[in-house]
Amino acid sequence: MSERLEHFVSSAAFDPVEVEKLTPEQEQYYLASQWQMMWWRFKGHRLAVIAGLVLLLSYASILISEVIAPYALHSRHTDYIYAPPQSVHLFHEGDFVGPFVYPLSYKLNFQTLKREYTEDTSTVRPLRFFCSGDGYEFWGLFDASFHLVCPDEQGTLFLMGTDRLGRDMLSRLIYGARISLTVGLLGITISFVLGITIGGMAGYFGGWVDSSVQRVIEILKSLPELPLWMALSAALPANWSPILIYLGITIILGLLDWPGLARAVRSKLLALREEDYAVAARLMGSSPTHIISRHLLPNFMSHLIASATLSVPSMILGETALSFLGLGLRPPITSWGVLLSEAQNIEAVALYPWLMVPMLPVVIVVLAFNFLGDGLRDAADPYD
Amino acid sequence: MHRYFLRRIATMAVTLSVISLLVFIIIQLPPGDYLTTYIEDLKAQGEVVDPKKIEFLRAQYGLDKPMASQYLIWVAGMLQGDFGYSFEYNLPVMDVVGDRMWLSMVLNFATVLFVYMMSFPIGVYSATHQYSWGDHGLTFIGFLGLATPNFLLALILLYFANVWFGTSIGGLMEPEFIDQPWTWAKIVSVLEHLWVPVLVIGTSGTAGMIRRLRANLLDELQKQYVVTGRSKGLGEMRLLIKYPMRMALNPFIADIGSLLPQVVSGSVIVSAVMSLPTTGPMLLSALQSQDMYLAGSFLMFLALLTVIGMFVSDVLLAMLDPRIRLDGGVRR
Repeated sequence: MSERLEHFVSSAAFDPVEVEKLTPEQEQYYLASQWQMMWWRFKGHRLAVIAGLVLLLSYASILISEVIAPYALHSRHTDYIYAPPQSVHLFHEGDFVGPFVYPLSYKLNFQTLKREYTEDTSTVRPLRFFCSGDGYEFWGLFDASFHLVCPDEQGTLFLMGTDRLGRDMLSRLIYGARISLTVGLLGITISFVLGITIGGMAGYFGGWVDSSVQRVIEILKSLPELPLWMALSAALPANWSPILIYLGITIILGLLDWPGLARAVRSKLLALREEDYAVAARLMGSSPTHIISRHLLPNFMSHLIASATLSVPSMILGETALSFLGLGLRPPITSWGVLLSEAQNIEAVALYPWLMVPMLPVVIVVLAFNFLGDGLRDAADPYD
Repeated sequence: MHRYFLRRIATMAVTLSVISLLVFIIIQLPPGDYLTTYIEDLKAQGEVVDPKKIEFLRAQYGLDKPMASQYLIWVAGMLQGDFGYSFEYNLPVMDVVGDRMWLSMVLNFATVLFVYMMSFPIGVYSATHQYSWGDHGLTFIGFLGLATPNFLLALILLYFANVWFGTSIGGLMEPEFIDQPWTWAKIVSVLEHLWVPVLVIGTSGTAGMIRRLRANLLDELQKQYVVTGRSKGLGEMRLLIKYPMRMALNPFIADIGSLLPQVVSGSVIVSAVMSLPTTGPMLLSALQSQDMYLAGSFLMFLALLTVIGMFVSDVLLAMLDPRIRLDGGVRR
């Protein structure tokens, strides 16, 4: 055969630590906290990250709705009832003039009784930026009139048209986000607290507590949600102030949503309470509350957050549906559902289709929450 | 099997009685009752209200009795087929409701059927052609279907029908059949109109079902018995139908528990939007006018529909999967 390879023996001293030395990247990976790993995992889901950004932007917008909206919430333009969306142009007769709109002129069509608006393309009404326009009360605290975008002093700016009172749809949409987006958050908070408490009790104590909670959950799950929501919100007294109605609706939405969360908490707890560290804590005399909140909850908090994210959209849709039917929020509160309730008259919608525009943010937000929740659910278990 | 069946019926009875209590509490929640609203209305119109007449009405409707006995009277009446009295229409609830309950049942049943018939082939296709263009496209459409609330879908359909055809696609039958006795032509007319609400209500359920079926089937397709079958020379089609499909079918039937409440909820709001002659619009108006017995019996009816549907699905599941009827409590 061939000649043998020379036997190699290193003369250096053997250092066991040296062998298992990690590169800085590996070290970072192995020492990363649970949340750090979840973040890395989450970043991998491009769709979820985009959805998260969209939601972040929408929620940021409700902080400064007054500044973003070109008009104030209730300002009416009686000369522009059911005006169509105006488009923003950049070039006028071949010359660049920056963003501007053409003014609308109004004519009532006596045959169809339709309000017809035509663009007067001879006049240019440039947009103003960082300007002073409609006055408003910022969060009801102080008076201001600063806007990101305003129409020309004589002109109008209805990027999404106007409604039957001549109110700018875009501004109302931006204000509506404030109500529609927070309904889901408040509702999920209520359902979260209920779900953790009740599911936690069922899972930790087991026995008759568990079985009675299970029965209650089964009954609640077998009820169709919407008719119950309708019945409960019809029970809200009509003479309540808008803010009380708003709180009442969020409580109703939250009250019927907890069974899903409670069930998840329960099954996790049932498995986790038999773990050695839980037994050790019990033997050392920790109280159930302490064990649940300190040792067990952190173990599946991430799962809970993911599933909570997935149930926010159903609440947003619930509010929209209730307000649409006239059982939820009522004007003067402006939510997307309230805006959509004006689209109930299908003849009006056929003439003025921009009344259906509030559908867009509803669908976008619901989609975004679904994608975000999917991404979070995958990231919730980074040790897989 | 018989023991499982009996136990299941017993739980259903308990569930229904708890639900009836819940419904009764809910319809009693609004302050005052229909009579106080009615008296307010009369007073607002400047009419004189005779206190004796009010006393008489109160006694006749049992509104002067304590809550507990009102509840018992209501439940006992329902067991005998007497659903109480609608104050708004001045008629027994059964007469007001008429065909509505049947049409509701037909609508909900047709929707569930539609969901199954649509989601089964699509789900199987998506799973067997994972990551193909067809799969991606169908998944995307499914997501859209999940995110678009069904009453908005109804609005969009109504809008396009109005713009393109100039007609309204609302309603469940041609106008000439409304309030007519049931004839063959009327049934045909109902069937012709049924597909629009069925499509609208069923979309989100179908989307969810496709996703679940796809996930289940994908899990099964990776298992070793599939590889074994393939290595023994079983044809792809036969292999798919014989084993993994059966396993994936199980949750398919179990899911009716989450599908039914969703369908019933959806049908309520969609029929309100499209003004279908089902229970939805009437429930809405009954709730708004505090016509408590009418609203209560609608709520009871909708709950009954879901509870019985779930009962049927559980029995089917027990027949399909012997593990379930052997160890009572544990499911899936």
